[in-house]
Amino acid sequence: MSVPTDTREAPAEAGHGADEILLAFTRALRAAGVGVTSDRAQTFVAATSVVGLDDVDATRWAGRATLCAGPDDLVRFDQVFEAWFNARDGLPRTVPTPPTAPTASQLPESDAAGGAGSEADADLVRAMASDTEVLRQRDVAGMTHHEKARLAAMFATLRVRPPRRRTPRHQGWHRGDVDAARTLRASLRRMGEPSEIAWRRRATRPRRVVLLVDVSGSMSGYADALLRLAHRITLATADAAGRAGSVETFTVGTRLTHLTRAMRLRDPERALVAAGETVPDWSGGTRLGESLRLFLDRWGQRGMARGAVVVVFSDGWERGDPALLAEQVERLHRVAHRVVWVNPHRGKAGYAPVQQGVLAVLPHVDDFVAGHSLATYTELCEVIGRA
Amino acid sequence: MQPTPPASPSDVATLLGSTGYLCDDDLATVAFLALRMERPLLLEGEPGTGKTALAEALAQTLDLPLVRLQCYEGIDATQALYDWDFPRQILHLRALEAAGGADAEEAEKSLYDERFLLARPVLAALQQSPAVLLVDEVDRADDEFEAFLLEVLSTYQVSIPELGTVAAATPPIVVLTSNRTRELHDALKRRCLYHWIDHPGLEREVEIVRSRAPEVSETLARQVVTLVQQLREGGSLQKPPGVAETLDWARALEHLGAEHLDLETAARTLGALVKYREDAERVRHALDRVLTA
Repeated sequence: MSVPTDTREAPAEAGHGADEILLAFTRALRAAGVGVTSDRAQTFVAATSVVGLDDVDATRWAGRATLCAGPDDLVRFDQVFEAWFNARDGLPRTVPTPPTAPTASQLPESDAAGGAGSEADADLVRAMASDTEVLRQRDVAGMTHHEKARLAAMFATLRVRPPRRRTPRHQGWHRGDVDAARTLRASLRRMGEPSEIAWRRRATRPRRVVLLVDVSGSMSGYADALLRLAHRITLATADAAGRAGSVETFTVGTRLTHLTRAMRLRDPERALVAAGETVPDWSGGTRLGESLRLFLDRWGQRGMARGAVVVVFSDGWERGDPALLAEQVERLHRVAHRVVWVNPHRGKAGYAPVQQGVLAVLPHVDDFVAGHSLATYTELCEVIGRA
Repeated sequence: MQPTPPASPSDVATLLGSTGYLCDDDLATVAFLALRMERPLLLEGEPGTGKTALAEALAQTLDLPLVRLQCYEGIDATQALYDWDFPRQILHLRALEAAGGADAEEAEKSLYDERFLLARPVLAALQQSPAVLLVDEVDRADDEFEAFLLEVLSTYQVSIPELGTVAAATPPIVVLTSNRTRELHDALKRRCLYHWIDHPGLEREVEIVRSRAPEVSETLARQVVTLVQQLREGGSLQKPPGVAETLDWARALEHLGAEHLDLETAARTLGALVKYREDAERVRHALDRVLTA
């Protein structure tokens, strides 16, 4: 890249020292969302003085090495760097989006336009790449069919850490309590000479997670995404050998349906089709209280919900008696390790928990979280993992 | 001592190039900065993009010993720093006893002598410094180990309670690599110069194959690299091949006497390129398409 030096000297003539320009750049970078701390900024200034200020490329590499902490930062760094050092005359400036991009596929391309077409394609891909972040934050219910398809692929990137519980058994570890038996055995191997002390700690096992998904009419916009999420959580907690983990999924609506078997299919599309065939009450009414009672009577109290993390996905629009719902959630809370209530409407501006159902359950819930976009699902996975 | 300390990023690139490690300006600049500013260099990137190879090339070109610390889950200070050679200490005590009761205090003192000290990689690097210390796959180690590394990397000294402090005369050149299986702690990252190594472009990768495996013919190298790059961009593979795999494959083809890529030899040597059965299936299809076109 051959950038005339005068673009870099211009600000200096306006009365700014080199350090000032560089430090101001780090502030611009911070404003763009890169986590620049002051010691990083100082390292950057020191690094530029080593490679020489007169070399734009070297300054860029020095900045990338000292100010960035991951590949996500690199993209932002490059954008800010371009704007700051190479295009000062036009700040702030949007990247010119060629109006040809949407029409490129419709127009018959002449031979000469082959290069331009691929360029437009590249822009389209770039635009899509920056779209992902937007899509993560978008409300799932308001998405078009096309956007949902793209979101479905993004569910695979969701990282799920299953919650763990301690077991009574111990395992060897490099610190913790003294493992007398192992220490003694090691010492016997050395003819009774005391040797290194072996340590142990309590072993852990994955804690059971129970997902209760409301598939009533008021939740129909989210059903697809929530089942994908349930599938992702089920798959992610299966062990490396492919053995199914300890995640159970039910749908609640007017009836209670056990979905775990469908959710354990590896392919998400097939799992969703299987779920669709299993569940008889899509987009029906909500009798949450009764369904919960059924769950607790048939499964929960006997052991499935005991010590488990129970996640209920529902907007709390209850057609039945709120008192019954409150009673059942209280029961659930007594049995379960943690009850998480996920409400898709919670993340929206101006939301207040006024529905009778929500008001009834709130006192008996450990976590009340939002659940309308992929970003909130990421947070939910954190909540589940921490439980 | 270092033969000639490089004076500019392009010097670094030339020096590395002489060992067969070809790098772009960005990596050369960062490596130059790491040498000059005496900061650890943190390299992240896909597996097989030459993170470890950079440390090896640096050691070779600067004529310094390479000390490698491979991280793994549960690694702790005794495996990274030092350990006392317990059996030998016991043997020493027994020998003293047999020789006829030495002074107890003297005997104890003689136990904690440098000859009973097992220097693990970090201590070894500090003792031998100038040296290149490669901390490979830091992301595999636990959080606590990272904190411990941070301590060593900020002072370049290790204190052994029984013996005293070991400090490096000149700080070793430290290269940390990570495959990003987990996010490293920010405090460690701040100490380091960060660089993300991408897969090289077509021309650069052909050059790399030619320089690392000169026995491979130009046409074969170009065909292999073109195919590998297509596979990477296709994005349908579970584990896209890195440069290391490209090299392996090119060498494998050469051993079978291939002058250019043909369907049969390629299919037989696929095991050098992809390591999953599903991937092998996909590549076989891609081969059909690419080679018959």
